[in-house]
Amino acid sequence: MDVTMNVNGDEVTRDVEPRLLLVHFLRDELRLTGTHWGCDTSNCGACTVWIDQQPVKSCTTLAVMAGGHDVRTVEDLDPGTGLDPVQEGFMLEHGLQCGFCTPGMMMTARWLLDKNPDPDEATIRECISGNICRCTGYENIVRAVRWAANHEADATANQPEGASA
Amino acid sequence: MQVPAPFEYERATSVDHALALLERHGPEARVIAGGHSLLPMMKLRLARPEMLIDINDLSDLDYIKIDSGEIAVGAMTRHVSILDSALLAEHYSIFREAEKVIADPIVRNRGTIGGSFCQADPSEDLSAVGAALRATMVIRSSSGTRTVAARDFHDGPYQTLVGPAEMLVEIRFPIRPGSGSAYEKVERRAGDWAIAAAGTFVRLDGDTVADCGIGLTAVGVEHFACGAAEDFLRGKQATADNIAAAGQICHDAADPQADQRGPVDYKRHLARELVTRALTRSAARARGEKV
Repeated sequence: MDVTMNVNGDEVTRDVEPRLLLVHFLRDELRLTGTHWGCDTSNCGACTVWIDQQPVKSCTTLAVMAGGHDVRTVEDLDPGTGLDPVQEGFMLEHGLQCGFCTPGMMMTARWLLDKNPDPDEATIRECISGNICRCTGYENIVRAVRWAANHEADATANQPEGASA
Repeated sequence: MQVPAPFEYERATSVDHALALLERHGPEARVIAGGHSLLPMMKLRLARPEMLIDINDLSDLDYIKIDSGEIAVGAMTRHVSILDSALLAEHYSIFREAEKVIADPIVRNRGTIGGSFCQADPSEDLSAVGAALRATMVIRSSSGTRTVAARDFHDGPYQTLVGPAEMLVEIRFPIRPGSGSAYEKVERRAGDWAIAAAGTFVRLDGDTVADCGIGLTAVGVEHFACGAAEDFLRGKQATADNIAAAGQICHDAADPQADQRGPVDYKRHLARELVTRALTRSAARARGEKV
Protein backbone atom coordinates (compact mmCIF):
# COMPACT_ATOMS: atom_id res chain seq x y z
CA MET A 1 0.00 0.00 0.00
CA ASP A 2 1.10 3.58 -0.57
CA VAL A 3 2.37 5.50 2.41
CA THR A 4 3.18 9.21 2.35
CA MET A 5 4.96 11.01 5.13
CA ASN A 6 7.15 14.03 5.62
CA VAL A 7 10.71 13.00 6.43
CA ASN A 8 13.12 15.75 7.43
CA GLY A 9 11.04 18.32 5.58
CA ASP A 10 10.55 16.33 2.36
CA GLU A 11 7.35 14.57 1.43
CA VAL A 12 8.04 10.98 0.42
CA THR A 13 5.72 8.31 -0.93
CA ARG A 14 6.50 4.62 -1.23
CA ASP A 15 4.57 1.46 -1.93
CA VAL A 16 5.25 -0.76 1.08
CA GLU A 17 3.98 -3.85 2.82
CA PRO A 18 1.97 -2.95 5.93
CA ARG A 19 4.35 -5.06 8.01
CA LEU A 20 7.39 -2.93 7.10
CA LEU A 21 8.77 -1.29 10.23
CA LEU A 22 9.57 2.41 10.19
CA VAL A 23 13.26 1.77 10.91
CA HIS A 24 13.58 -0.37 7.77
CA PHE A 25 11.55 2.11 5.74
CA LEU A 26 13.98 4.86 6.69
CA ARG A 27 17.11 2.79 6.19
CA ASP A 28 16.23 0.59 3.22
CA GLU A 29 13.67 2.60 1.27
CA LEU A 30 15.01 6.11 1.90
CA ARG A 31 18.66 5.12 2.54
CA LEU A 32 18.69 7.26 5.67
CA THR A 33 21.07 4.95 7.49
CA GLY A 34 21.83 7.34 10.34
CA THR A 35 18.95 5.74 12.24
CA HIS A 36 20.33 2.51 13.60
CA TRP A 37 18.58 -0.80 13.85
CA GLY A 38 19.49 -2.41 17.14
CA CYS A 39 17.68 -4.77 19.48
CA ASP A 40 14.42 -5.01 17.52
CA THR A 41 12.54 -5.18 20.84
CA SER A 42 12.07 -1.48 21.71
CA ASN A 43 14.65 -1.74 24.49
CA CYS A 44 17.85 -0.23 23.14
CA GLY A 45 16.68 3.01 21.52
CA ALA A 46 19.25 3.00 18.70
CA CYS A 47 16.32 3.40 16.28
CA THR A 48 14.90 6.50 17.99
CA VAL A 49 13.42 9.05 15.57
CA TRP A 50 10.83 11.75 16.06
CA ILE A 51 7.23 11.53 14.95
CA ASP A 52 5.48 14.88 15.26
CA GLN A 53 8.17 16.30 17.57
CA GLN A 54 8.29 13.31 19.92
CA PRO A 55 10.92 10.57 20.02
CA VAL A 56 9.63 7.08 19.28
CA LYS A 57 11.28 3.73 18.70
CA SER A 58 11.05 3.15 14.98
CA CYS A 59 11.58 -0.61 15.34
CA THR A 60 8.23 -0.78 17.09
CA THR A 61 6.32 1.48 14.71
CA LEU A 62 4.96 0.40 11.36
CA ALA A 63 5.92 2.65 8.46
CA VAL A 64 2.23 2.89 7.55
CA MET A 65 1.47 4.19 11.04
CA ALA A 66 3.75 7.17 10.33
CA GLY A 67 1.76 8.01 7.18
CA GLY A 68 0.58 11.61 7.21
CA HIS A 69 2.98 12.50 10.00
CA ASP A 70 6.26 14.40 10.28
CA VAL A 71 9.28 12.18 10.84
CA ARG A 72 12.64 13.62 11.85
CA THR A 73 15.83 11.57 11.81
CA VAL A 74 19.37 12.25 12.97
CA GLU A 75 20.25 13.40 9.44
CA ASP A 76 18.13 16.49 10.11
CA LEU A 77 19.91 17.51 13.32
CA ASP A 78 22.48 19.43 11.33
CA PRO A 79 20.37 21.97 9.50
CA GLY A 80 23.14 22.59 6.96
CA THR A 81 24.65 25.50 8.85
CA GLY A 82 26.81 23.46 11.19
CA LEU A 83 26.36 20.86 13.86
CA ASP A 84 23.56 20.98 16.36
CA PRO A 85 24.91 21.79 19.86
CA VAL A 86 23.95 18.26 20.92
CA GLN A 87 26.18 16.86 18.17
CA GLU A 88 28.98 19.22 19.16
CA GLY A 89 28.59 18.20 22.78
CA PHE A 90 28.88 14.50 21.93
CA MET A 91 32.02 15.27 19.94
CA LEU A 92 33.73 17.51 22.49
CA GLU A 93 32.79 15.50 25.59
CA HIS A 94 33.52 12.12 23.99
CA GLY A 95 29.89 11.08 24.29
CA LEU A 96 30.50 8.06 22.09
CA GLN A 97 32.94 5.29 21.49
CA CYS A 98 31.52 2.83 18.97
CA GLY A 99 28.76 5.26 18.00
CA PHE A 100 26.00 2.72 17.57
CA CYS A 101 23.67 4.27 20.15
CA THR A 102 24.59 7.84 19.24
CA PRO A 103 21.84 8.71 16.72
CA GLY A 104 19.14 7.60 19.13
CA MET A 105 20.85 9.24 22.09
CA MET A 106 21.08 12.54 20.24
CA MET A 107 17.46 12.50 19.09
CA THR A 108 16.34 11.90 22.67
CA ALA A 109 18.73 14.55 24.00
CA ARG A 110 17.52 17.14 21.49
CA TRP A 111 13.92 16.46 22.56
CA LEU A 112 14.87 16.85 26.21
CA LEU A 113 16.63 20.17 25.70
CA ASP A 114 13.76 21.52 23.60
CA LYS A 115 11.34 21.02 26.48
CA ASN A 116 13.80 21.51 29.36
CA PRO A 117 16.80 23.71 28.46
CA ASP A 118 18.49 23.25 31.85
CA PRO A 119 18.11 19.61 32.93
CA ASP A 120 20.02 18.30 35.95
CA GLU A 121 21.94 15.04 35.81
CA ALA A 122 19.10 12.93 37.20
CA THR A 123 16.69 14.34 34.62
CA ILE A 124 19.12 13.58 31.80
CA ARG A 125 19.69 10.03 33.03
CA GLU A 126 15.97 9.41 33.37
CA CYS A 127 15.30 10.80 29.90
CA ILE A 128 17.90 8.61 28.20
CA SER A 129 16.88 5.52 30.17
CA GLY A 130 15.32 4.11 27.00
CA ASN A 131 18.60 4.48 25.09
CA ILE A 132 21.23 1.90 25.93
CA CYS A 133 24.97 2.53 25.55
CA ARG A 134 27.37 -0.34 26.11
CA CYS A 135 30.60 1.70 25.79
CA THR A 136 30.63 4.88 27.78
CA GLY A 137 28.97 4.07 31.08
CA TYR A 138 26.80 7.12 30.29
CA GLU A 139 29.09 9.58 32.13
CA ASN A 140 30.29 11.27 28.97
CA ILE A 141 26.83 11.20 27.43
CA VAL A 142 25.44 13.10 30.40
CA ARG A 143 28.36 15.56 30.08
CA ALA A 144 27.66 15.94 26.38
CA VAL A 145 24.02 16.82 26.98
CA ARG A 146 25.03 19.24 29.74
CA TRP A 147 27.59 20.78 27.38
CA ALA A 148 24.84 21.39 24.84
CA ALA A 149 22.57 22.88 27.51
CA ASN A 150 25.32 25.24 28.72
CA HIS A 151 26.30 26.16 25.18
CA GLU A 152 22.72 27.01 24.26
CA ALA A 153 22.27 29.04 27.47
CA ASP A 154 25.45 30.99 26.68
CA ALA A 155 24.35 31.57 23.11
CA THR A 156 21.00 32.95 24.32
CA ALA A 157 22.70 35.16 26.93
CA ASN A 158 25.17 36.54 24.40
CA GLN A 159 22.58 37.34 21.79
CA PRO A 160 22.68 41.00 20.72
CA GLU A 161 19.81 42.97 22.15
CA GLY A 162 16.71 42.88 20.00
CA ALA A 163 17.80 39.76 18.15
CA SER A 164 15.36 36.89 18.12
CA ALA A 165 16.22 33.22 18.34
CA MET B 1 15.52 -9.66 11.72
CA GLN B 2 12.17 -9.89 13.46
CA VAL B 3 9.35 -9.37 10.98
CA PRO B 4 5.65 -9.80 11.62
CA ALA B 5 3.67 -12.19 9.45
CA PRO B 6 1.79 -10.42 6.63
CA PHE B 7 -1.43 -8.64 7.48
CA GLU B 8 -3.80 -6.08 6.07
CA TYR B 9 -3.93 -2.60 7.53
CA GLU B 10 -6.61 0.01 7.75
CA ARG B 11 -6.96 3.20 9.71
CA ALA B 12 -10.13 3.78 11.66
CA THR B 13 -11.58 7.26 11.37
CA SER B 14 -14.00 6.89 14.28
CA VAL B 15 -14.88 4.39 17.00
CA ASP B 16 -17.90 3.29 14.95
CA HIS B 17 -15.64 2.76 11.95
CA ALA B 18 -13.22 0.70 14.04
CA LEU B 19 -16.09 -1.42 15.34
CA ALA B 20 -17.46 -1.92 11.81
CA LEU B 21 -14.02 -3.06 10.66
CA LEU B 22 -13.77 -5.46 13.61
CA GLU B 23 -17.16 -6.91 12.72
CA ARG B 24 -16.31 -7.23 9.06
CA HIS B 25 -12.94 -8.93 9.58
CA GLY B 26 -13.85 -11.20 12.47
CA PRO B 27 -11.71 -12.63 15.27
CA GLU B 28 -8.43 -12.44 13.32
CA ALA B 29 -8.56 -8.65 13.31
CA ARG B 30 -6.77 -6.68 16.02
CA VAL B 31 -6.87 -3.07 17.09
CA ILE B 32 -3.46 -1.38 17.25
CA ALA B 33 -2.82 1.79 19.24
CA GLY B 34 0.74 2.51 20.43
CA GLY B 35 1.77 -0.93 19.23
CA HIS B 36 4.38 -1.40 21.93
CA SER B 37 2.79 -4.59 23.20
CA LEU B 38 1.23 -5.98 20.03
CA LEU B 39 4.08 -5.42 17.57
CA PRO B 40 6.68 -7.25 19.69
CA MET B 41 4.23 -10.17 19.97
CA MET B 42 3.73 -10.08 16.20
CA LYS B 43 7.46 -10.01 15.55
CA LEU B 44 7.84 -13.15 17.61
CA ARG B 45 4.83 -14.61 15.74
CA LEU B 46 3.10 -15.14 19.06
CA ALA B 47 0.36 -13.01 17.55
CA ARG B 48 -0.59 -13.32 13.87
CA PRO B 49 -3.55 -11.07 13.21
CA GLU B 50 -4.71 -11.00 9.61
CA MET B 51 -5.92 -7.44 9.89
CA LEU B 52 -4.67 -4.47 11.91
CA ILE B 53 -7.05 -1.62 12.63
CA ASP B 54 -5.05 1.47 13.54
CA ILE B 55 -6.91 3.68 16.03
CA ASN B 56 -4.17 6.29 16.49
CA ASP B 57 -6.32 8.90 14.72
CA LEU B 58 -9.12 8.54 17.29
CA SER B 59 -8.15 11.59 19.32
CA ASP B 60 -11.64 11.57 20.85
CA LEU B 61 -10.44 8.59 22.91
CA ASP B 62 -7.50 10.59 24.29
CA TYR B 63 -8.70 12.37 27.44
CA ILE B 64 -8.51 12.47 31.23
CA LYS B 65 -11.56 14.14 32.77
CA ILE B 66 -13.94 14.18 35.70
CA ASP B 67 -17.25 12.59 34.79
CA SER B 68 -20.07 11.82 37.26
CA GLY B 69 -17.77 11.75 40.29
CA GLU B 70 -15.21 9.50 38.61
CA ILE B 71 -12.06 10.09 36.65
CA ALA B 72 -12.61 8.89 33.10
CA VAL B 73 -9.56 8.08 31.00
CA GLY B 74 -9.94 7.43 27.28
CA ALA B 75 -8.41 4.23 25.96
CA MET B 76 -6.09 6.09 23.55
CA THR B 77 -4.54 8.15 26.35
CA ARG B 78 -0.79 7.63 26.22
CA HIS B 79 1.37 6.80 29.20
CA VAL B 80 3.11 10.19 29.03
CA SER B 81 -0.25 11.96 29.43
CA ILE B 82 -1.10 9.87 32.49
CA LEU B 83 2.33 10.58 33.98
CA ASP B 84 1.95 14.32 33.41
CA SER B 85 -1.73 14.62 34.39
CA ALA B 86 -2.26 17.10 37.22
CA LEU B 87 -5.84 15.86 37.57
CA LEU B 88 -4.80 12.27 38.20
CA ALA B 89 -1.97 13.36 40.51
CA GLU B 90 -4.38 15.48 42.53
CA HIS B 91 -6.56 12.47 43.33
CA TYR B 92 -4.15 9.54 43.22
CA SER B 93 -0.37 9.51 43.67
CA ILE B 94 -0.38 5.93 42.40
CA PHE B 95 -0.58 7.00 38.74
CA ARG B 96 2.58 9.09 38.70
CA GLU B 97 4.48 6.53 40.76
CA ALA B 98 3.43 3.68 38.48
CA GLU B 99 3.93 5.54 35.23
CA LYS B 100 7.43 6.68 36.18
CA VAL B 101 8.50 3.03 36.16
CA ILE B 102 6.57 1.84 33.10
CA ALA B 103 9.05 1.22 30.30
CA ASP B 104 11.00 4.39 29.42
CA PRO B 105 10.11 7.92 28.30
CA ILE B 106 10.25 7.07 24.59
CA VAL B 107 7.98 4.06 24.92
CA ARG B 108 5.65 6.12 27.12
CA ASN B 109 5.26 8.57 24.24
CA ARG B 110 3.49 5.85 22.26
CA GLY B 111 2.02 3.23 24.58
CA THR B 112 -1.58 3.69 25.70
CA ILE B 113 -3.61 2.77 28.77
CA GLY B 114 -6.09 0.82 26.64
CA GLY B 115 -3.32 -1.16 25.02
CA SER B 116 -1.75 -1.93 28.38
CA PHE B 117 -4.98 -3.32 29.80
CA CYS B 118 -5.91 -5.23 26.65
CA GLN B 119 -2.49 -6.82 26.28
CA ALA B 120 -3.24 -8.31 29.72
CA ASP B 121 0.37 -9.18 30.39
CA PRO B 122 0.53 -10.81 33.84
CA SER B 123 3.38 -8.42 34.75
CA GLU B 124 1.65 -5.27 33.55
CA ASP B 125 1.64 -2.29 35.93
CA LEU B 126 -1.58 -0.44 35.12
CA SER B 127 -3.57 -3.64 35.57
CA ALA B 128 -2.45 -3.65 39.21
CA VAL B 129 -3.39 0.02 39.49
CA GLY B 130 -6.82 -0.66 37.99
CA ALA B 131 -7.35 -3.60 40.35
CA ALA B 132 -6.23 -1.59 43.40
CA LEU B 133 -8.53 1.33 42.62
CA ARG B 134 -11.38 -0.99 41.53
CA ALA B 135 -11.67 0.69 38.17
CA THR B 136 -14.47 0.09 35.70
CA MET B 137 -13.75 -0.83 32.11
CA VAL B 138 -16.08 0.57 29.45
CA ILE B 139 -16.37 -1.70 26.41
CA ARG B 140 -18.17 -0.74 23.22
CA SER B 141 -19.62 -2.71 20.34
CA SER B 142 -21.95 -1.73 17.53
CA SER B 143 -24.88 -2.74 19.71
CA GLY B 144 -23.93 -0.49 22.62
CA THR B 145 -21.77 -0.09 25.70
CA ARG B 146 -21.19 -2.43 28.61
CA THR B 147 -19.04 -2.10 31.70
CA VAL B 148 -16.88 -4.68 33.42
CA ALA B 149 -15.09 -4.36 36.75
CA ALA B 150 -11.32 -4.16 36.34
CA ARG B 151 -11.07 -7.21 38.60
CA ASP B 152 -13.21 -9.21 36.17
CA PHE B 153 -11.61 -7.83 33.02
CA HIS B 154 -8.79 -10.35 32.72
CA ASP B 155 -9.69 -13.87 31.75
CA GLY B 156 -6.17 -15.21 32.24
CA PRO B 157 -2.73 -14.27 30.97
CA TYR B 158 -3.04 -12.22 27.76
CA GLN B 159 -6.81 -12.70 27.75
CA THR B 160 -9.59 -10.22 28.47
CA LEU B 161 -13.36 -10.15 28.28
CA VAL B 162 -13.24 -7.83 25.26
CA GLY B 163 -14.98 -9.75 22.48
CA PRO B 164 -13.90 -9.96 18.83
CA ALA B 165 -16.23 -7.15 17.72
CA GLU B 166 -15.71 -5.02 20.81
CA MET B 167 -13.29 -2.29 21.88
CA LEU B 168 -12.20 -1.01 25.25
CA VAL B 169 -12.95 2.72 25.04
CA GLU B 170 -12.63 4.07 28.57
CA ILE B 171 -11.35 3.25 32.04
CA ARG B 172 -13.10 4.87 35.01
CA PHE B 173 -11.58 5.38 38.45
CA PRO B 174 -13.78 6.25 41.44
CA ILE B 175 -12.74 9.40 43.31
CA ARG B 176 -12.24 8.76 47.02
CA PRO B 177 -11.82 11.90 49.15
CA GLY B 178 -9.69 11.28 52.23
CA SER B 179 -7.69 8.53 50.60
CA GLY B 180 -4.02 8.10 49.78
CA SER B 181 -2.36 5.80 47.25
CA ALA B 182 1.08 4.59 46.24
CA TYR B 183 2.92 2.26 43.85
CA GLU B 184 6.03 0.19 44.58
CA LYS B 185 7.94 -1.76 41.95
CA VAL B 186 11.17 -3.70 41.86
CA GLU B 187 12.70 -4.20 38.43
CA ARG B 188 16.02 -5.57 37.23
CA ARG B 189 16.90 -2.42 35.35
CA ALA B 190 15.29 0.84 34.29
CA GLY B 191 12.31 0.23 32.06
CA ASP B 192 12.00 -3.50 32.61
CA TRP B 193 8.90 -5.45 33.50
CA ALA B 194 8.33 -5.85 37.22
CA ILE B 195 9.95 -8.64 39.20
CA ALA B 196 7.05 -7.74 41.45
CA ALA B 197 5.01 -4.60 42.06
CA ALA B 198 2.21 -3.48 44.32
CA GLY B 199 -0.25 -0.61 44.12
CA THR B 200 -2.55 0.35 46.97
CA PHE B 201 -4.99 2.93 48.21
CA VAL B 202 -6.15 3.51 51.76
CA ARG B 203 -9.12 5.62 52.84
CA LEU B 204 -9.12 6.55 56.49
CA ASP B 205 -11.88 7.44 58.92
CA GLY B 206 -9.84 8.83 61.78
CA ASP B 207 -7.12 6.22 61.90
CA THR B 208 -9.43 3.38 60.96
CA VAL B 209 -9.17 1.93 57.48
CA ALA B 210 -12.60 2.69 56.04
CA ASP B 211 -11.64 1.19 52.68
CA CYS B 212 -8.56 -0.02 50.88
CA GLY B 213 -7.45 -1.62 47.64
CA ILE B 214 -4.44 -3.84 47.04
CA GLY B 215 -3.21 -4.57 43.53
CA LEU B 216 -0.27 -6.81 42.70
CA THR B 217 1.43 -7.64 39.45
CA ALA B 218 3.86 -10.34 38.32
CA VAL B 219 3.30 -12.52 41.39
CA GLY B 220 0.44 -14.69 40.21
CA VAL B 221 -2.48 -13.37 42.21
CA GLU B 222 -5.83 -13.72 40.48
CA HIS B 223 -7.16 -10.59 38.79
CA PHE B 224 -4.14 -8.58 40.04
CA ALA B 225 -5.78 -8.12 43.47
CA CYS B 226 -5.60 -9.53 46.97
CA GLY B 227 -9.11 -9.34 48.40
CA ALA B 228 -8.20 -11.34 51.50
CA ALA B 229 -5.68 -8.74 52.62
CA GLU B 230 -8.17 -5.94 51.94
CA ASP B 231 -10.84 -7.72 53.99
CA PHE B 232 -8.36 -8.15 56.83
CA LEU B 233 -7.39 -4.47 56.89
CA ARG B 234 -10.81 -2.91 56.45
CA GLY B 235 -12.18 -1.67 59.78
CA LYS B 236 -8.83 -2.01 61.53
CA GLN B 237 -6.46 0.69 62.71
CA ALA B 238 -3.84 1.65 60.12
CA THR B 239 -0.97 0.58 62.38
CA ALA B 240 2.38 -0.77 61.24
CA ASP B 241 1.48 -4.20 62.65
CA ASN B 242 -1.84 -4.42 60.81
CA ILE B 243 -0.26 -3.22 57.58
CA ALA B 244 2.54 -5.77 57.94
CA ALA B 245 -0.06 -8.48 58.55
CA ALA B 246 -1.84 -7.46 55.33
CA GLY B 247 1.53 -7.74 53.57
CA GLN B 248 1.93 -11.25 54.96
CA ILE B 249 -1.47 -12.26 53.58
CA CYS B 250 -0.31 -11.07 50.15
CA HIS B 251 2.89 -13.09 50.57
CA ASP B 252 0.82 -16.18 51.25
CA ALA B 253 -1.63 -15.48 48.42
CA ALA B 254 1.11 -14.93 45.84
CA ASP B 255 1.74 -17.81 43.48
CA PRO B 256 4.55 -16.55 41.26
CA GLN B 257 6.58 -18.51 38.76
CA ALA B 258 10.35 -18.78 38.95
CA ASP B 259 11.95 -17.28 35.87
CA GLN B 260 14.94 -15.20 34.84
CA ARG B 261 13.62 -12.39 37.04
CA GLY B 262 13.91 -14.40 40.22
CA PRO B 263 12.91 -17.45 42.26
CA VAL B 264 9.51 -18.00 43.87
CA ASP B 265 10.52 -17.18 47.45
CA TYR B 266 12.09 -13.88 46.41
CA LYS B 267 8.98 -12.80 44.51
CA ARG B 268 6.74 -13.72 47.44
CA HIS B 269 9.06 -11.78 49.73
CA LEU B 270 8.69 -8.81 47.40
CA ALA B 271 4.89 -9.16 47.43
CA ARG B 272 4.94 -8.78 51.22
CA GLU B 273 7.47 -5.98 51.32
CA LEU B 274 6.05 -3.91 48.48
CA VAL B 275 2.47 -4.17 49.71
CA THR B 276 3.62 -3.15 53.19
CA ARG B 277 5.52 -0.16 51.86
CA ALA B 278 2.74 0.93 49.52
CA LEU B 279 0.10 0.64 52.25
CA THR B 280 2.28 2.55 54.70
CA ARG B 281 2.75 5.40 52.25
CA SER B 282 -0.93 5.32 51.22
CA ALA B 283 -2.03 5.64 54.85
CA ALA B 284 0.43 8.49 55.48
CA ARG B 285 -0.92 10.32 52.45
CA ALA B 286 -4.48 9.72 53.61
CA ARG B 287 -3.47 11.50 56.83
CA GLY B 288 -2.28 14.42 54.74
CA GLU B 289 1.43 13.76 55.20
CA LYS B 290 3.70 14.71 52.32
CA VAL B 291 5.52 11.48 51.59
